[in-house]
Amino acid sequence: MDIFGIPIQALMGQLLIGLINGSFYAILSLGLAIIFGLLNIINFAHGALYMMGAFCAWIGLTWLGLNYWVALVAVPVVVGAFGMLIERTMLKHLYQLDHLYGLLLTFGLALIIEGLFRYRFGISGESYPVPELLSGGFNLGFMFLPKYRAWVVAVSLVVCFGSWFIIERTKLGSYLRAGTENPQLLQAFGINVPLMITLTYGFGVALAAFAGVLAAPVLQVNPVMGSNLIIVVFAVVVIGGMGSIMGSIVTGLGLGLIEGLTRVFYPEASAVVIFVIMGIVLLLRPAGLFGRER
Amino acid sequence: MKRKILVSTVAAAVAMAPALSPAATTVSDGIVKLGVLTDMSGTYSDLSGPGALEATKMAVEDFVAKEKPDFKIEVISADHQNKADISANKAREWFDTAKVDAIVDLVTTSTALAVMKVANEKNRISLVNGAGSTPITNEQCNDTTVHWAYDTYALPVGTARAVVKQGGKSWYFITADYAFGHSLEKNTSDVVIKSGGKVLGSVRHPFPGSDFSSFLLSAQASGAQVIGLANAGADTINSIKQAKEFGITPKQSLAGLLMFISDVHSLGLDATQGMYLTTGFYWDRNEETRAWSKRYFERMKRMPTMAQAGDYSATYHYLKAIKAAGTDEAKAVMAKMREMPVNDFFAKNGKVRVDGRMVHDMYLAQVKKPSESKYPWDYYHIREVIPGDEAYIPLAESKCPLVKK
Repeated sequence: MDIFGIPIQALMGQLLIGLINGSFYAILSLGLAIIFGLLNIINFAHGALYMMGAFCAWIGLTWLGLNYWVALVAVPVVVGAFGMLIERTMLKHLYQLDHLYGLLLTFGLALIIEGLFRYRFGISGESYPVPELLSGGFNLGFMFLPKYRAWVVAVSLVVCFGSWFIIERTKLGSYLRAGTENPQLLQAFGINVPLMITLTYGFGVALAAFAGVLAAPVLQVNPVMGSNLIIVVFAVVVIGGMGSIMGSIVTGLGLGLIEGLTRVFYPEASAVVIFVIMGIVLLLRPAGLFGRER
Repeated sequence: MKRKILVSTVAAAVAMAPALSPAATTVSDGIVKLGVLTDMSGTYSDLSGPGALEATKMAVEDFVAKEKPDFKIEVISADHQNKADISANKAREWFDTAKVDAIVDLVTTSTALAVMKVANEKNRISLVNGAGSTPITNEQCNDTTVHWAYDTYALPVGTARAVVKQGGKSWYFITADYAFGHSLEKNTSDVVIKSGGKVLGSVRHPFPGSDFSSFLLSAQASGAQVIGLANAGADTINSIKQAKEFGITPKQSLAGLLMFISDVHSLGLDATQGMYLTTGFYWDRNEETRAWSKRYFERMKRMPTMAQAGDYSATYHYLKAIKAAGTDEAKAVMAKMREMPVNDFFAKNGKVRVDGRMVHDMYLAQVKKPSESKYPWDYYHIREVIPGDEAYIPLAESKCPLVKK
């Protein structure tokens, strides 16, 4: 059976791959959305922190002998703590200023972090093996699905919707949302807002590092892996609506699928299709698909 | 991204007492100055970059120690950031104010073509090594350029011919969607068809990419025996890594059309084992290559790529030509470079042709299995020596205006 001259099997395969890529977009844009929502910082260092996550996993494995499963838990904590350090020492001075200052600071940080890794590890990067338990794959009939990719989709969905649930449906989440609306009032109710902001930034960064660990076995771990991805992820956030949690998750997955489809019909355009959509969305709904006009 | 242009200066030589030499060499400004212009921190910094600078310095040191020239030699360097405008401006500045006589390395085709042109206007020499496209010695050749280690004709020709001969008859290409990828795909397809194979199709991926799984899936669906990777650097690395993940290799085999030992090193043998590739230099080929490469390793903590070894060889040959010509005037030096054969650890009876191509033997390598690798950087079996005359574009087919037909 063919759809527009493409065998349906090929189509299914490409859609599945789109979904896998979409889960990376979702998890990264979720971190950005959380940070933007509460801190009003456009975190340009997100890509570099994602790269740091991947490298920390590699360092853990190669230098310290820590396996993938340990890295999956430990690396987000370590990189998240590094993020909190950045927030405490640098970002907190910028909250009263225009978005542009935060963007420039984090952009500078991204360049510095990338430069340091490039200096130490070279540009070709390092190879991280797929963990034993998840090597091999399933034959789905229409394609060979590596177990690891299936794991990536599953764990990303759990993390994304788990984060959404915490933020939108729990008491802790209600503090966070109140913080984005009116921090002064929340402070008056006795909530330690600066601490909450630090922890939120740490959480957003930890998500980036988590995505980095997830990506390490499928992509070559190299110092520029984050800067290749960050622009696409920003487009996802803009399309979803800056600061919208559900928006970033749904848009991330959706755009992964659209990108997958483009690769079937016109592969040359697969790198631009997301930006074309971004242009159209900005013209029709400047606040993004799920965003609110402020 | 802006990177600080890095300029480091190395005074590498001390003049011998001129009275001792029979006929003193007349060099402009009393000094021969080499400018290493390369990618110091970007995508190609592992295959050229700081290693290219170090190899050039080694050539100068060895030349001074062995040939005892009666002129001073100095090496300077800068990061061309793979941008044609930056490299052309830097070259102009070096020629006009820094008295540079020759520019070494040049790692992308666009930078090489830009600098070659400026150098030719100013009657200075370009020793191209990192860049690989064929126009350098073909359509856009000039009489002050030498292209040393490899080109995008020699690499796929060797690999494709050997793979077809081994029974890999049907091919599918994963091609980087820009001029370099297209020309690599075309050169290879021609050879595949000429050798009796067939090309089932190709897919073009945006450059640079990071996820190649959809393209690999198309390649898998094609049922081709061989998937030709007409891309380079990080794109090739990720394609190979993901091909293994999706169970494409070892059922279908991959052919890297432009691969350096630095790529194999960073991927590891587990992912690359069994792949065929063509190279202009392998460090562990014989006593001579090992001896030089170990000295290089002492300094860089990595084994040299063919581009880096080529930088040494080209620089040494250039300096020898100056000594033989008794001057550093570009045309006279070029004449000597063409006249003298290249005989060192890099090439045996290498010859600089009129179009600027240094013709030397190429090597078809197969990547070892992890179990076959006995020591660090023990990566290749050399399966075949491809004689220089077969590896490079024959002069009869050349489009270089300098070639008289």
